Amino acid sequence: MTTQIAEYHGITPVRRRLRIASRWLLQAAIVIVAAALVIWLGVAVREALARKGIQFSFGYLGNVANFSLSEGLVLSREGSWLVLEGFSPSHSNLQALLAGLWNSLKVALSAIVLCTMFGTLVGIGRLSTNWLVRNLCFGLVECVRNTPLLIQIVFWYFAVVLRSPPANAAANWFGGLLASRAGVFFPGLVIHDSAGFASWGLLATVFAAAAACVVLRGRRSRLILLAVTILALIATVIVGFPLGLDLPVATRFGARGGFALSPEMTALLLAIVVNSSAYVAEIVRGAIESLPKGQWEASASLGLSRPHTLRDIILPQVFRIVLPSLANRYISLTKDTSLGIAIGFPDLFNVYGTVSNQTGRNLEGVVIVMLTYLTLSWIISASVNAVNAHVNGRGMR
Amino acid sequence: MARSKFLVAALAAASLWTSSASATVLDNVKQRGVLNCGTDNTAPGFGYLNTRTGKIEGLDADFCRAMAAAVLGDAGKVNFVVVTDKSRFNALQTGQVDVVFAHTTIKPVRESAVGIDFLPINFYDGTGMMVKSASGVKSVAELDGATVCTTQGSGTEATLAAFVRQRGFKTTKVLTFENLEKLFGALQSDRCNAMSTDKSALAAWRGNSAKPDDYTILPETLNKSPFAGFVVANDSRWRNVLRWATFALFQAEEWDITSANLAERLKDDSAFVQKFLGVKDGFGKDFGVSDDFVASMIKSVGNYGEIYDRNLGPKTPYFIDRVGTPNAMWTKGGAEYSPPWN
Repeated sequence: MTTQIAEYHGITPVRRRLRIASRWLLQAAIVIVAAALVIWLGVAVREALARKGIQFSFGYLGNVANFSLSEGLVLSREGSWLVLEGFSPSHSNLQALLAGLWNSLKVALSAIVLCTMFGTLVGIGRLSTNWLVRNLCFGLVECVRNTPLLIQIVFWYFAVVLRSPPANAAANWFGGLLASRAGVFFPGLVIHDSAGFASWGLLATVFAAAAACVVLRGRRSRLILLAVTILALIATVIVGFPLGLDLPVATRFGARGGFALSPEMTALLLAIVVNSSAYVAEIVRGAIESLPKGQWEASASLGLSRPHTLRDIILPQVFRIVLPSLANRYISLTKDTSLGIAIGFPDLFNVYGTVSNQTGRNLEGVVIVMLTYLTLSWIISASVNAVNAHVNGRGMR
Repeated sequence: MARSKFLVAALAAASLWTSSASATVLDNVKQRGVLNCGTDNTAPGFGYLNTRTGKIEGLDADFCRAMAAAVLGDAGKVNFVVVTDKSRFNALQTGQVDVVFAHTTIKPVRESAVGIDFLPINFYDGTGMMVKSASGVKSVAELDGATVCTTQGSGTEATLAAFVRQRGFKTTKVLTFENLEKLFGALQSDRCNAMSTDKSALAAWRGNSAKPDDYTILPETLNKSPFAGFVVANDSRWRNVLRWATFALFQAEEWDITSANLAERLKDDSAFVQKFLGVKDGFGKDFGVSDDFVASMIKSVGNYGEIYDRNLGPKTPYFIDRVGTPNAMWTKGGAEYSPPWN
């Protein structure tokens, strides 16, 4: 805006309006030409396909899928309710793709959170004054960044996760956690059907109060909220607690009950977290090194210790600098989840392949998948930009 | 990014145009003087790269060679293009290959929605299951609660879902892997209790493993998998040449014309055989190839029986018996059958 104002300075209003109008016209013309090109291309491709006897339509999405997925949740209608349930072959192709998307997001979101934490630690470790820590972190980063991700995924799956004890000799820890080649089984939460509205309402209050307690500042409000949380918890127990623990039990081919993390998900998550952490570590290290040395010296002269300096002076500033680079990393990471097919993880790309093969609708599938990943990238980019605008707002730097 | 996508789309459109510009693939192939044949390189017995010889071998690969011999008169004029289960249809539509032989199951959706035409069936297979012998599983009925794995791009995924539903299994998991190598790895490391794919591929992977006895192929067959080559849709001229070249390989076995006795059979006084081998008034001209197209196929790769024995016979590690299966000659109770050549 400022450049434009400078440009229009010192000319008559009429001329200025003309100049602005001509700019708009030019831009509109460019947009129209681009749109026309895209439409023309679409029509041409469609005609060429029609000549080959291939039709382009999305009608197949409503058809019954008739194949199984090893994991994945779908939204489906039960009367007037929308419920989340496991994918089954009687669901539609669209729901299969949604289950795949759900799986992709499951990995992507967990990986984003974990790699940010782990990567920051490794990045700080690379600058540690301790020789061992520094070189361990350096070694990790180098190993991870110089080998293809696909190979890392296959390594984690076949050489690490599938080396855990077989299902019939599953390691049983803490009475509830079962780890075996068939997956990692945690004690799960079970919802008792008998629970009434009252207990659910109270449980919601517990969560809301606890969340508010964390978010809000000010000691008094926190204390009040804490009291509310505890009171509501006690009330839920009296009314009838709607949740229970479901302990996993080993069976012939694995385990039953509880909440399971499949070996595929475990391996893919491990691979992507370790891989992205290395990149995040380098981003963080670069940002720390880019801060003026005076920051360290000033805080040292105030008598702050090194950990204190890092926590209160360095990292808050680093966090602002690294956001745009982190956004890029998150986008790559999300796209990396599509490598899950190598180890049989039913992510969006894997499910698209199955649907295309069952229905013969490849081109439509590619379009859907491309647009989905594009949208995901945009969403990540927009969210990070929003956070960026928030922390680097006016007068912050 | 947007620009590169645009370019890719433009290229795709252009390739669609160029490949539809000519009337028939047959003319293209003859003009080019080499046949681009799509085949797998990881399916022992069908299409796989023999690392010792550096050649692609297998039943599918030999069919590629036979077709090159029929159309161009020389079995060596093949350019093998490796296709995967996923890419095999696209490779054909974009004109990268002229024909694909890649252990592909004939399915209605492939002729209705994908835009290809199948050639005659050249191998009858069925979906099977393989388990580790140590598991003690003897029948698919015992697999309730097991994790069954398969590959993507085959027909097996739908077969498995139907199988689990039919049997009323409650907790059977189906995992889909990218390719057979990863699938077998998952069975080896006990992630999968059973691997499911075409029985021919199961036999091949079992035969290739360090200790074949560690693996058991369960007796049941879950579904039919008739394999056939395929060409791009709506090109009858091209399809008919290859269709009848395939039938000719069957017919040659029925009349016992082999690569060994071809020289004397060319002197055969039966008018049928003379016409068949193009000695006199052959069929080739009307198909748009040379009259001796059958003879040149037999000379270089042999008849169907020879091709089968070379790649799947008792001397190979991937032995699949023909006797008593649809792969036997129709005169021996099988389904291998050519329409009459007269």
